Amino acid sequence: MMSDIIRLDRLSKHFGSVIGVDDVSLNVRKGEFLTLLGPSGCGKSTLLRMIGGFEDPTAGRVWLDGEDVTDLSPNRRAVNMLFQDYALFPHMTVGRNVGYGLKVAGVPRREVEAKVRDVLDLVGLGDKINAAPHELSGGQRQRVALARAIVRRPKVLLLDEPLSALDANLREAMQVELRHLHQKVGLTFIMVTHDQTEALTMSDRVVVMRNGQIVQDGAPQSLYDMPANPYIADFIGTTNLFSSRLVDGRVACHGQPLRVNPTKIRQGADTFGFRPEKARLHRGDAQADNLLRGTVCEVLYHGSIARIIVDLTGGTVLVDLPISDASAGLPAIGELVAVEIEPHKIMSFVAEAAA
Amino acid sequence: MNLPPRIRKALVLSPPLIWVVLFMFVPYTILFVFSFWVQQYPTFAPAFQMGNYVELFRDPQYLQTLGRTIKIAALVSVFSLLLAYPYAYFLVFKVRRPGIRLALYMAVVAPLWVSYLLRAYTWKTILGTTGILNSFLISTGILTEPSPVFLYNQVAMVLTLTYVFIPFMVMPIYAALEKIPPSLLEASADLGMGRTASFVRITFPLSLTGVVAGFTMTFCLAFGDFIAAYLVGGPDGMMISNVIATQFGASLNWPLGSALALVMLMIVLTIISASDRFERLGQGKFA
Repeated sequence: MMSDIIRLDRLSKHFGSVIGVDDVSLNVRKGEFLTLLGPSGCGKSTLLRMIGGFEDPTAGRVWLDGEDVTDLSPNRRAVNMLFQDYALFPHMTVGRNVGYGLKVAGVPRREVEAKVRDVLDLVGLGDKINAAPHELSGGQRQRVALARAIVRRPKVLLLDEPLSALDANLREAMQVELRHLHQKVGLTFIMVTHDQTEALTMSDRVVVMRNGQIVQDGAPQSLYDMPANPYIADFIGTTNLFSSRLVDGRVACHGQPLRVNPTKIRQGADTFGFRPEKARLHRGDAQADNLLRGTVCEVLYHGSIARIIVDLTGGTVLVDLPISDASAGLPAIGELVAVEIEPHKIMSFVAEAAA
Repeated sequence: MNLPPRIRKALVLSPPLIWVVLFMFVPYTILFVFSFWVQQYPTFAPAFQMGNYVELFRDPQYLQTLGRTIKIAALVSVFSLLLAYPYAYFLVFKVRRPGIRLALYMAVVAPLWVSYLLRAYTWKTILGTTGILNSFLISTGILTEPSPVFLYNQVAMVLTLTYVFIPFMVMPIYAALEKIPPSLLEASADLGMGRTASFVRITFPLSLTGVVAGFTMTFCLAFGDFIAAYLVGGPDGMMISNVIATQFGASLNWPLGSALALVMLMIVLTIISASDRFERLGQGKFA
C-alpha cells in the first residue's frame, strides 16, 4: 500500500532467552499519530528502537516508505527520535543542538541558521537559541529536543515516553502542544507510553501491547468502548469485571442477576464487565430494572464525580456518581444503594483470549 | 557535653587545621624565607636578596634540568594519555559484562597498592644489563652480548614513570566516559552522524574534563618525581627534584634549594589552577 510509511513484517527481538518483541506485524499510515501502549516490559520501547535502528531485530523486516531499512544503522534512516531523557548535547547551545543534524546533511550554513530559527520559533523558544541546555527548564529542554528531532523533516518521528519526565500540569499542556504540532507539521508520529490517558487523548490510533505482542489495535474510542479482552478493559479506563456464564439472557454479578443484550454478547463469553461511569447509582430502596443492591463501602471524591465503592456482599463494584446529580449530598458509608446498568452497556469477554 | 557551637566547631576543625598549618604552611613559609638567604659556607646567613633566583636563571644547568623535567613529565603525560584513553574507552563502551569491566579496571588500578619503590625498581630489573629484556634479546639472537642502552637514560625514565603513573590517567578518563549518557550517542547517530563523527563531536568533548584531570595529575606527579631518576634515570635522566635534593644534601645550599623548590611549586600551582579553571568552565553541563 502506498499510504503506509512504516511496515513491520513479523518483527521479533530476543534478548538471550527473554523475548522482547514476538512476531509483530504492523502498518503505520502516512501522517498518522500512532501510540504503542502497554505496561513496562511489554516490548513497546524495543519495537520503537527497532524502527529507529537502535536494536537489530532477531527476525523480521522493517520497511520505511517502501524501502527495506532493516540493516541500515540509525544515521542512515530518515526517522528521528525524541529521547525520553531528551539527550541534548550538554556542551552545545540550543541552536547548535538543533542544527546538529543539518550539518551532517551538508546544508549550507545560512540555511541551517534559518531552519534552526524557524523550528525554534515553532516550539516557542526563538529567544533561547544561544542558551545552554542546563539553563533551561524541563519543559523547555523537551521542546529543544523536539525541535532537533523535527528540523530534518524525518519521514517518521519516534517519541519514547516523551512526557514521563514532566510534572502533571506541564504534561497536560505538552499533550495538547504535541497534538497541535503533529497537525501543523504533518509528520507521522509513533509514540510509546504506558499512560493510557496520554494514549487516548493524543493518538489517532492506539496499539496495545502485552508480552511482546499486539493485543488490540484501534482508534481510542473503539478501544475504550470495545476492549478486546478483560486485560485491556481494565488497563484502559476502569472496568468492573466479573466471571459468569450467560443463562437465559442473564449473567450473575457477584451473585446478583443482570439482564444483558444477548445479541451483543461474544460467543462463549465467560467474563463480563461494565464501566463505573456507565452505571447509575440509586439511593435507598429504588425500584428499577436491572439493579444490583448493596451498601456503600467507600466514597472517593474526585471533584467532578464521586467514585462509590458498593459492597454487593459477594464482591464490590465501582460506580461513578456525577457531582451534579448528588444534590442530596454524597451517600454515607453503609447507606443502602442500588446500581442500575442498562443491558446493552454490559461488555463480554472470552477470558482465554487474554492469555 | 554542652559547649557553645563556636567552640564545638573549633574542636572539630582544629586537628586538620593544626595539621595544615604545621606541615604545610610552616614549611612553605620557611622555604620562602630561606630562598632569600645567602650561603656562607658551611652554613647560611639570613638576608633578603634575590641572588638565589638570579643564580637559577644565570647558571644554564638549572634551566636545562628544569626544561628536561618538563619534557619528561610532558612525554609521560602524552604517552599515558595515548595508552589510557583507548583502554578506558574500550572498557566503557566495548566491554558489556560488568564483571569483566571491573576486573580490567582493577588490573590498571591495583598496582597502586604496591609500593611505588617496588614498581619503579621492577623496571631496573627489566632494563638492566642482566635484566629480562637483555636476556630475551640474547636468547632470541638479536643481541650477542648484554646492552647497557636501555637503562639510565630519559627513555627509561619516560617508560618507568608512564608505567607508574598511568592509573592516574585511566581513572579520571574512565569516570568521564562512564558519565556520558548512552542516549547522547544514540541521538548523534539518530541525527545522521557516523561513529567517527560522533566520537569527535560528542564523546571526546564530553570526556575532556577527564583528560585534563588525568593530564594534570600525571604531569604534576612525574614533574616532582626523583626516585625514578635514582633507579633508572642516571645522569641523563636527572630531574629538577634531584637537583633540589642535592642542594639540601651534598651541596649544602639550602637557600638555592629553597628558591628552586619555590619555582617548581609555582609551575605546579599554575598548571593545577589552569586545570581547575577548565573544569569550572565545563561545570553545569552535565546537569
